[in-house]
Amino acid sequence: MKLRTLIAAASIAALGAGMAYADGGKVKVGMITTLSGGGAGLGIDVRDGFVLAAKGNENLELVIEDDQRKPDVAVQLTDKLIQSEKVDVLTGIIWSNLAMAVVPAATAQGKFYLSPNAGPSALAGKGCSPLYFNVAWQNDAFYEAGGLWASENGIEKVFLMAPNYPAGTDGMTGFKRTFKGEVVGEVYTKLGQTDYAAEIAQIRASDADTVYFFLPGGMGISFMKQFAGSGVDKNVMGPAFSFDQGILGAIGDAALGVKNTSHWSKDIDNAANKKFVADFQAEYGRLPSLYAAQGYDTALLLQSAMGKADVADAAAFQAALEEADFASVRGDFAFAPNHHPIQDIYMREVIKEGDVVTNKIVGVASSDHQDVYGADCKM
Amino acid sequence: MSMILLIEQVLNGLQFGVMLFLMAAGLTLIFGVMGLINLAHGSLYMVGAFAAAAVAGWTGSFALALVAALAAAAAAGALIELLVIRRLYDRDHLDQVLATFALILIFSEGTRWLFGSFPLFLDVPAALAGPIMLPGGILYPLYRLVIIGVGLLVAAGVFWLIAKTRIGIQIRAGEADREMIAALGIDISRLYTMVFALGAALAGLAGALVGAIQSVQVGMGEPVLILAFVVIVIGGIGSIKGALVGSILVGLTDTLGGVLLPPLFGTFMQASSATSVGSAVASMSIYILMVGVLLFKPSGLFGGK
Repeated sequence: MKLRTLIAAASIAALGAGMAYADGGKVKVGMITTLSGGGAGLGIDVRDGFVLAAKGNENLELVIEDDQRKPDVAVQLTDKLIQSEKVDVLTGIIWSNLAMAVVPAATAQGKFYLSPNAGPSALAGKGCSPLYFNVAWQNDAFYEAGGLWASENGIEKVFLMAPNYPAGTDGMTGFKRTFKGEVVGEVYTKLGQTDYAAEIAQIRASDADTVYFFLPGGMGISFMKQFAGSGVDKNVMGPAFSFDQGILGAIGDAALGVKNTSHWSKDIDNAANKKFVADFQAEYGRLPSLYAAQGYDTALLLQSAMGKADVADAAAFQAALEEADFASVRGDFAFAPNHHPIQDIYMREVIKEGDVVTNKIVGVASSDHQDVYGADCKM
Repeated sequence: MSMILLIEQVLNGLQFGVMLFLMAAGLTLIFGVMGLINLAHGSLYMVGAFAAAAVAGWTGSFALALVAALAAAAAAGALIELLVIRRLYDRDHLDQVLATFALILIFSEGTRWLFGSFPLFLDVPAALAGPIMLPGGILYPLYRLVIIGVGLLVAAGVFWLIAKTRIGIQIRAGEADREMIAALGIDISRLYTMVFALGAALAGLAGALVGAIQSVQVGMGEPVLILAFVVIVIGGIGSIKGALVGSILVGLTDTLGGVLLPPLFGTFMQASSATSVGSAVASMSIYILMVGVLLFKPSGLFGGK
């Protein structure tokens, strides 16, 4: 008897859920992001930024899932969100390897995917899709801008360092694509390595004037602390990932003076950004990171398209997304034909504001930056 | 490659090895004495680092932070021994692995719940910051020299404890014959709790010392745990001497492998592919070392059984 009641209750609940979806004009969004494990800080920021921008919009229903940074989990969650939750739009993935596992499958099933972070080259070139939009950057963008800035600012000899995995080697290739000086050393470390004494000794022994490195998360924290303690006197540059707000607190003063490229900074001077930074601090009690900005812009983009077209009409909704008619916290923002951003990449410097270590813009490294893979994209 | 660079790298390898020893000593004691595979040992390392970062944040004192790390890790170790580990001694290794893996998840999410998802700040104390000039013109970070010193002191202390004290005799006896030592009137369960807390405290100390130059974040213990297992397999399970020799071997192999292999491959390959192939082989080097040791000494360098 009890079991039967239970089953009945469950079916009613399921029916109710199905009916809620059938309402017209609404969009159901599935967010798969990293909320536990080593990279959780990034996913949490994307989620919080997205939720902040979507606050109060009753037509936007959000289902959030944790991929634990595991591709197999992300694929399962995608199936679940598409088949049983019946979402219209997917978003949230932080890591390129997870994006490669999820995005092609999602777009093949006719779902829109808005990437708030990962931008693997395959999805910008041959593997592009009309339903896939990248609201963050193509992976190479910060590196190419870094190489440009270094060439124009008198940097002649660099020492390159990155983890030995695709995003690391691609990043360094991107830097070399635009850098005109000499690369005097190039080291690829183990992914997840935390002790850089050996590499720092090599940097000390080289005649480089600048160290350019990409070490995301804890790797970058370890490297910067050890580098500052080693007494090696060289310029330090990198993409923003190693110097973002969530990380700077853990590095402390050791990061001061480091130059890093980013498409967003909390001091970009426009109304949307000021509102975002103030609202984010009021809501969560911490400074936003670039990941939070990307999550925020993703939700703004989605809502701008929702105001113009019904998601059931895929062609119209795609056209509405392509217009990118929203006030980005980054200022000017447009989509290239391959659905990847055209945007300014800034050079930032790590400074201290009172007690808080944070970033300040020192110039534009690459204006209206666009990726090089779009030529291979046939939609 | 210059001599100075080579000496500096040997020091780096030594420092890495000494730090690994602090982890491996506890792991090998627990395995040797109680026959328990403790996957949660890396979590105790993390507990030490977080306790140190929290206390250093409140008080600004690195010495207090180290004391807090030792105390917190020992307390966490004693607690899980009493609540969970105690029930696993008679179970087979698969159950132990399963239960201690669950402990990793509990510790990780618990730490995240307490401290948040972002890495904590823990810095080298001002007195030990910066490099010093060693004889021969080698500029080396003072803090790393201190780690080497502390590690060797702790190693000497552990040897003294095991070889010369009454507790050490009991530990060695417990390793040899669990039933007999209980029959002789020694409270074996109290001894186990003590050994476990001691191993945990060493892991916590390692976490705090290393946390100051690395990143204090959730999940920081697991990569070290894997290396510590490699160390005790190379050194021989249950042997403290093996753990010390194994740690230094692994530390030197890993550091020097990463430095020497890419240029070595560069002598007969193209520069760009030599860097990536060399780096890849370097990251395998400690496992190659482990295979080599096991080929000739299947129970490790100092393994008795």
